[in-house]
Amino acid sequence: MTHPYIPNAEPGVRAEMLAAIGAESVEDFYADIPAELRLDRPLNLPEPMASEYELVRHMRGLLSRNTDTTEALSFLGHGCYPHHVPAVCDEVNGRGEFLTAYAGEPYEDHGRFQAMFEYVSMMAELLEMDVVNVPTYDGYQAAGTALRMACRYTGRSKVLLSGAVAADKVSKLRDFLSPDVEIVVAPVGPGGEIGDVEVDETLAAIYLETPNVYGVVETRGRELADLAHAAGALLVVSTDPISLGVLAPPASYGADIACGDIQSLGMHQSYGGGHAGYIATRDEERLVAEFPSRLFGIAPTTVPGEYGFGDVYYDRTSFAIREEGKEWVGTAAALWGITAGVYLALMGPEGMREIGETILARTRYAMNRLSAAGAWVLHGDSIHFREFAIEVPSADALLAALRERGIFGGVKLDDRTLLVCVTERHSKDDIDRLAAAVGEELA
Amino acid sequence: MSGHAGEPFAKLPVEPKPPLRRFHQARWDEPIIFEQSRPGRRGISVPAAGVPAVELPGSVRRAEPPRLPEMGQLQVLRHYVRLSQENLGVDNAIAVGQGTCTMKYSPKINDRFVSDPKVAELHPLQPEDTVQGTLEIYWQLERILTEVSGMHRVSLQPGSGSAAIYANVAMIRAYHASRGEGRQRDQVITTMFSHPSNAACAKTAGYEIITLMPDADGYPDIEALRAAAGPRTAALLITNPEDTGIFNPRIAEFVDIVHRAGGLACYDQANANGLLGITRAADAGFDLCHFNLHKTFSTPHACGGPAAGACGVSEALAPFLPGPTVEFDGERYYLDADRPQSVGKIRPFIGVTPNVVRAYAWAMTLGAEGLREVAEIAVLNNNYLMHKVLQIPGASAPWDRRRVEQVRYSWQELSEETGVHSEEIGIRAADFGVHYWTSHHPYVVPEPFTLEPTEAYSQEDLDEYAAILAHVADEARRDPDFVKGAPYNQTVHKTDQTWLDDPKSWAVSWRAYVRKHLS
Repeated sequence: MTHPYIPNAEPGVRAEMLAAIGAESVEDFYADIPAELRLDRPLNLPEPMASEYELVRHMRGLLSRNTDTTEALSFLGHGCYPHHVPAVCDEVNGRGEFLTAYAGEPYEDHGRFQAMFEYVSMMAELLEMDVVNVPTYDGYQAAGTALRMACRYTGRSKVLLSGAVAADKVSKLRDFLSPDVEIVVAPVGPGGEIGDVEVDETLAAIYLETPNVYGVVETRGRELADLAHAAGALLVVSTDPISLGVLAPPASYGADIACGDIQSLGMHQSYGGGHAGYIATRDEERLVAEFPSRLFGIAPTTVPGEYGFGDVYYDRTSFAIREEGKEWVGTAAALWGITAGVYLALMGPEGMREIGETILARTRYAMNRLSAAGAWVLHGDSIHFREFAIEVPSADALLAALRERGIFGGVKLDDRTLLVCVTERHSKDDIDRLAAAVGEELA
Repeated sequence: MSGHAGEPFAKLPVEPKPPLRRFHQARWDEPIIFEQSRPGRRGISVPAAGVPAVELPGSVRRAEPPRLPEMGQLQVLRHYVRLSQENLGVDNAIAVGQGTCTMKYSPKINDRFVSDPKVAELHPLQPEDTVQGTLEIYWQLERILTEVSGMHRVSLQPGSGSAAIYANVAMIRAYHASRGEGRQRDQVITTMFSHPSNAACAKTAGYEIITLMPDADGYPDIEALRAAAGPRTAALLITNPEDTGIFNPRIAEFVDIVHRAGGLACYDQANANGLLGITRAADAGFDLCHFNLHKTFSTPHACGGPAAGACGVSEALAPFLPGPTVEFDGERYYLDADRPQSVGKIRPFIGVTPNVVRAYAWAMTLGAEGLREVAEIAVLNNNYLMHKVLQIPGASAPWDRRRVEQVRYSWQELSEETGVHSEEIGIRAADFGVHYWTSHHPYVVPEPFTLEPTEAYSQEDLDEYAAILAHVADEARRDPDFVKGAPYNQTVHKTDQTWLDDPKSWAVSWRAYVRKHLS
């Protein structure tokens, strides 16, 4: 049978095409590959599925061994969040014209350019900054690039990281900022916020996250911006845009670069497959020059009232000038940018405010309930958004016991500390169920 | 019944269609989304808190609501459906024009698997015994890719091809550092016809870049490699076939030269589609390689990602792989994060899982014989298309060499004769509903265009694409200004590109546009 994905494997077509070229066989085209490099046996691979239906059976068999977060009650977060995904988000990013397109050219792929420009523009409103990139891979990469941008901008090579950052993200930053950038980590204060910082004239940037790895909302943004600026450094703030309907955007307290992950804005958790990173700055030529990413701009066409698009300041990219460009650019996570745009257009300003208020309130409610259930809630007096940490006698024992009750209770930060995540998907009853179970287990 | 006054309908039986499609791209003249906003409208409802509200202090509270659009749900949906219709993908166009990117069919059935809650609703930090199916898919795909490449282990963590190149460079750096040669080996050698990310990622990681130019035969200059390789060499990053489509038969010698200098050899396999089951990275002696799952292994390009990269390494490099790795003890699959020499995280968690699932499902529809057929037909299609393109007066394929799965062509002759540039031919070609790409910069091949037909396209598709190019080349001869005036049948008309490079006029967002141009 001719494989359904390979139409020219049909023997008659194959022969006709070979004849048209004047070739004996496809072996003619491989004549440049030396015999000693040729594989002289078939690949040793599993037998393929003989039909689409058998593939479905096979995949269903594998995937049925998973228990997903609609089956268990999950309080897992720590960088990947269970928010509701509006059906329209899935509908738009499932459109074949978007899903199967390449990065494209401005005329033939006008739709993609406009959708991406609109995503950027909605993020710009949320962030109160004029320049936002076409998404990079994820929030980790966005943080790494934001810090490298700050180093290039200031001509300095030392950055100060808040200590309240996920260990895996610090691992990424240590690798990505090697070998030339020195990383200093600021202590975490008693309330879970960034502690005392020492700033000098060799510092390129202070890096702050809010809400941070403990879910704590940082309250000293303005003070840190002033400190950084007095030393000629930048303030880089990573924030989840889903918080910005209620929390002040970083630019409002003086941040120079904002960055983060947009998975919360309409992407499924997908076992870590829903990530994309944003980087935003004010519209200052020297800062714009430091972006490695593509930036799309709007421009007039020959027809009045018609919008055209194209690449802004392309000659800073590695596509244009290879290693002389800023870092590199390539395929990253564009479709998640389009999807986040759909999400923000559906939500509007009121939806973003409401979801922020719901998450703030339910997070506090969960903190109070777990505290009453006998867990020690860390940083209980601080403002929390979506996550908080609890201390228990044994994180492993509690997680295992909750598992028995169909609950993924949280992410283990260390032997005695769990990180609990609450979103708009967790009803009051869900939280009560967790608290009751924790209470019984800790009793 | 009748047509417009004085215009009879076409005669029946229907006459044959003209040789080229009477295509017109959708033109919805869609306003920017902010222009469709009316205060108070909503596109989605949100659960109310149902528990006491939290009052925020003024210092952290947002002062002004964000000026996001306010629209009904249908209006948001319709806006985006219209924009999607103003786009060309593999699903609606003959996508052979994006050479180097392997635009093949992304099977619809595989999209179904990833929208299933058993993939979409999994959290990456769930207990391992609740994700055995997904971990098995990671493990099995790793086995498939180790067999295809001959390498010892494969990491599926990187989010794209360039991220995989970067991960390979990070491993190269860690490897030399572990041997006390980290500082000494500060140069990376690559070639002009390898993807620019090889040079750019290595530069980002702190390396000095040496780029080998093609020699008179179109191969990377082996004498230049001999001159460059030495105690400062960390690695050679090289593509083969290069972006010209030419396979370098002396590749094992290149690897050997670098090895003798103490460096590592890293194979960018973005162009692997014609080589599946034919030749393997390990057989040429490579220490590292990478595949793009969104190219060779069929996952969709998604307007530029999410994608997925796979890094293959030899046994000596395996300790440095990004972590955690997926392991199997004979009964259960688990994650191993206890890897002291690992370069650490390249991205959050362990990979772009939906694309790992899609790539696995794709490979499982083909098997060994099928993957080899993919390669053979991709190469047949390429040579067939080349045969047709080279019949077009003014088109050439510089260097008289065989090609594997793609070709970087040149319109130099046509351009010298007509003054029409390759970019302009591409814009005019899109008037017939196809995408076309020139090349990365710099244009070493003058007036370049790069076609890669993959195994997915039919002979008729290839004939149509070649006919469009022939037609546009003919137009360029007869009326160059007409070609230069394109687009005609696309969503918008010629755009004033001068806005995009001037800081005073560029507008990367609507708010910047309003500030700079409307106030």
